Amino acid sequence: MSAATATGGAGIPAHVVHPAEVPGALVKPGAEPILKATAIEKWFGTNHVLKGCSMTVFPGETITILGRSGSGKSTFLRCVNFLEEPSAGVVDIDGIRVAGDPLRPRSKKVREQIRLLRLQAGMVFQEFNLFPHLSVIGNLLEAPLHVKKMHKAEATELAESYLEKVGLIDKRDEYPSRLSGGQRQRVAIARALTMQPKIMLFDEPTSALDPSLVGEVLKVMESLAHEGRTMIVVTHEMSFAKEAADRVYFMEEGEFVEIGPSEQVIANPRDERTRSFLKRFLAV
Amino acid sequence: MSKLGQAQPDLGAKILETERRRAAFWRSQFVAVWLVILAGLVAFVLFTIKLDARFLTSVIPFIIGGAGVTILVSAIAIALAIVLAGLGALGRLSRNPAANSIASFYVSLVRGTPLLLQILFIYLALPQAGLVLDAFVCGVIALGFNYGAYMTEIFRAGIQAVPHGQTEAAESLGMTGRTAFVRIIAPQAFRIVTPAIGNDFIAMLKDSSLVSVIGVQELLWKAQVAGRPTYQSMQTLIIAALVYWVMTLVFSYFQSRIERRMATADRSQGGPR
Repeated sequence: MSAATATGGAGIPAHVVHPAEVPGALVKPGAEPILKATAIEKWFGTNHVLKGCSMTVFPGETITILGRSGSGKSTFLRCVNFLEEPSAGVVDIDGIRVAGDPLRPRSKKVREQIRLLRLQAGMVFQEFNLFPHLSVIGNLLEAPLHVKKMHKAEATELAESYLEKVGLIDKRDEYPSRLSGGQRQRVAIARALTMQPKIMLFDEPTSALDPSLVGEVLKVMESLAHEGRTMIVVTHEMSFAKEAADRVYFMEEGEFVEIGPSEQVIANPRDERTRSFLKRFLAV
Repeated sequence: MSKLGQAQPDLGAKILETERRRAAFWRSQFVAVWLVILAGLVAFVLFTIKLDARFLTSVIPFIIGGAGVTILVSAIAIALAIVLAGLGALGRLSRNPAANSIASFYVSLVRGTPLLLQILFIYLALPQAGLVLDAFVCGVIALGFNYGAYMTEIFRAGIQAVPHGQTEAAESLGMTGRTAFVRIIAPQAFRIVTPAIGNDFIAMLKDSSLVSVIGVQELLWKAQVAGRPTYQSMQTLIIAALVYWVMTLVFSYFQSRIERRMATADRSQGGPR
């Protein structure tokens, strides 16, 4: 598919890599970016929520997006897999490229292109969104069997390996309602991983959890980060951002106002707005 | 404080005991009033009419035989209604203007006209258009169409009651809208509306009596036919009423059991976090 047909023609800005977007420690030398989000805009009615946000992610990197509630972090993440269609801008995940254009007719072809883009990304939600009518293993198998049409034995083996990874193989046949929040979120992570996405998106994955259960979820996420899985994490967990992330994007009023290596941004922010946010946040 | 507590060490148990006694007394009063009303009704009947044992023994099996037809009509009609309501709800939620419009027209027309008229229309008016159907079939179609319209709104609400996060999770896993609906949304919506379907079935057991006017030989039809020749309609109608009542009690019992089972089933996202 040529760029012109995917983006709907002229007027789409070329992707520009920010000077601070240097490949992280686990990235193979010479690797091309796996995600290019270019000049993402989002309007909710007359409310301008995202004002041209761009992001480059190399394979193996862990990215965190920080910022106040309502600054647009989650909206940006949801634009990456078109759960919200960007009002303008382009998302390219490993060659699958879709432009946000609410004015074009919603043709079958566009919907299919969006679906293919979503297959590249695994999403973990704040509210878990497990399927309550399916067992744990049923939750993991649903999409591999009915979207990818994998063979049951192969899918089951894969699903069980990820359940093992998140430490919940003994809950294989439980129903979600019988699990704690932390366990549910770990199942949700395994469910997304079973689709073998190119990149994982985490939308405030620990915000709905009882404080005592946050740790077990962060531990799973940290191990994924250290394994070199590509992930973008919207979070308020500074410790995770500091320890596991290669790069931090600080968002304020719909713009990335500071981008940089996580230690530098958290310990020594350059932007005044980042500084005031961190000061207030770390004081709490 | 501690002194007061020592004064009545078994206060908690005493309160419980008193509450239990009050509840038992309340229940016995409740039952007593029921029995008084029932006894009054029975007395009224016995003083008003002479009960003829021979008449009753001949007529009771005849009337009860109509209960089978009543249940059969209701069961087939509720099945038809479920299918129509499923289609109707899909239409009402469809982005396609034609599908949406057809569904809302159906709901509006059926809910805006009396059920009795609909039954008569299918039985008496359709033959003018060359469509002659058996009375039983007419009754089932009319009841099914009518209940389908009301259930369309219930099904629609049931589908909308499934949290939006479920659709988002399904879509984020690469499901098409159709797969997401069939595999994720519909099963959850069906569990939500199951109690309502049970309620409608119980209501239909009684509304199905309306098809007696077109000669379907169900419970009420038989009661009328049995009572009319000898002017003993009070006897036969009371028998029919008792049969309807018992059927309602029996199905309500099963209904509440199903509801209780669903309440404990693993379907909530709530619980410990």
